[in-house]
Amino acid sequence: MSVLGLYVPGRSPLHRTPAAVKLPVLLVFVTATVLVGSPWWLGGACALVALGYAVARVPWVRLWPVLRTVVMLAVLVGGLQLWLVGAQAAIVTVLRLVAAVAAATLFTLTTRVDDVVSVVERALGPLRRVGVRPDRLGLLVGLTVQAVATLSAIAGSVREAAQARGAGRSPTAFAVPFVIRTLSHADELGDALAARGIGDEDDPPGTRVMDP
Amino acid sequence: MIEFEGVGHRFGERVVLEEITLTLPEQRVGFVGANGSGKSTLARTVNGLVRPSSGTVRVDGLDPVRNGAAVRRKVGFVFTNPDSQIVMPTAGEDVAFSLRRSGLPRAERARRAAEVLAEHGLAGYADHPAHQLSGGQKQLLAVCGMLALDPDVLVCDEPTTLLDLRNARHFAELLRGLRQQVLVVTHDLELLADFDRVVVLDEGRVVADDEPEPALDHYRKLVT
Repeated sequence: MSVLGLYVPGRSPLHRTPAAVKLPVLLVFVTATVLVGSPWWLGGACALVALGYAVARVPWVRLWPVLRTVVMLAVLVGGLQLWLVGAQAAIVTVLRLVAAVAAATLFTLTTRVDDVVSVVERALGPLRRVGVRPDRLGLLVGLTVQAVATLSAIAGSVREAAQARGAGRSPTAFAVPFVIRTLSHADELGDALAARGIGDEDDPPGTRVMDP
Repeated sequence: MIEFEGVGHRFGERVVLEEITLTLPEQRVGFVGANGSGKSTLARTVNGLVRPSSGTVRVDGLDPVRNGAAVRRKVGFVFTNPDSQIVMPTAGEDVAFSLRRSGLPRAERARRAAEVLAEHGLAGYADHPAHQLSGGQKQLLAVCGMLALDPDVLVCDEPTTLLDLRNARHFAELLRGLRQQVLVVTHDLELLADFDRVVVLDEGRVVADDEPEPALDHYRKLVT
């Protein structure tokens, strides 16, 4: 399972809010954290996101890896900023980062990928006239999210194999099998998508007549 | 009905299939053969994933090369590794993904998906993260993703290779209950015991084509 976490089923108000509302709210929220420079406002934003986690009742098992990632990022980036530009800027950057990453993760934890894909498809619908295929872009979003989980699983098993051979620290022992496994996964995924008829039709979904 | 007529295929210089001519009206047909005997390649010509270098394949009279989309609506394909067939994060979403193009409203797709999952022993798993299912459940999910589209033919490429004995038997049971014509490429000889017909391939050619018992005997002799 990826550190970004994926959907956790639930019935909280956050789960029930349609993705069509959550996605734009998330976009506005993240944009705002970039534009706002006051640590007080950013601190408030962080508190708001924390409240969101409480409302969504994300279980501890899923919350823990999120916290770990956010804290690690904050320490790393904060430390670097502190050293390079000073305390004030470091605090602002860290709060900004924590608010944005935590909010985006909260979104993925409470929203089914299928719903995100549908929203993307609907939002891009008008672009169909200029040759954009919204269903393809929707699928791309879905597969991208899924790829995070898949690649981290491959990385995990490759690392284990390298350790088993006593080559735990060698970059090539990791990189070569990782790239090969990723490419072969891409091959298999392509075959599987083709077998499911993805890429067969040139008519948009919904207008297709089933078998003659 | 699936027909192969003089089907040959090569990857560069290497000949993987040579002059395969078969007519398969039977409900359940198995393909066995050594690694590299060409059986997976042959299976992939049925839904147009591989375009044979020579000869033609027909599925109910349709050519997978020329009418790929129509053939793929008729033919479901199950691969060895369910991990690369599952494209959505939860079991329900993955099955519903197959139905995206059906024109059904989203709620209806989700309902259909849950129904198909329930029919095949995955009731209650619709919201379960797909990649946290057990190996056997993942393969069931992959089959559900195909059966949701109600194909006429189901081609399976070594579907039980990654399954333990119990799950492999459960999978065999599932195949037994399907109305679909089933084509299975496998090394799991037990799976084929009650099939209608077994074709043995060796170095790209058909070397035996019979009922399971005599065909599998021939295959065993080939190995020794």
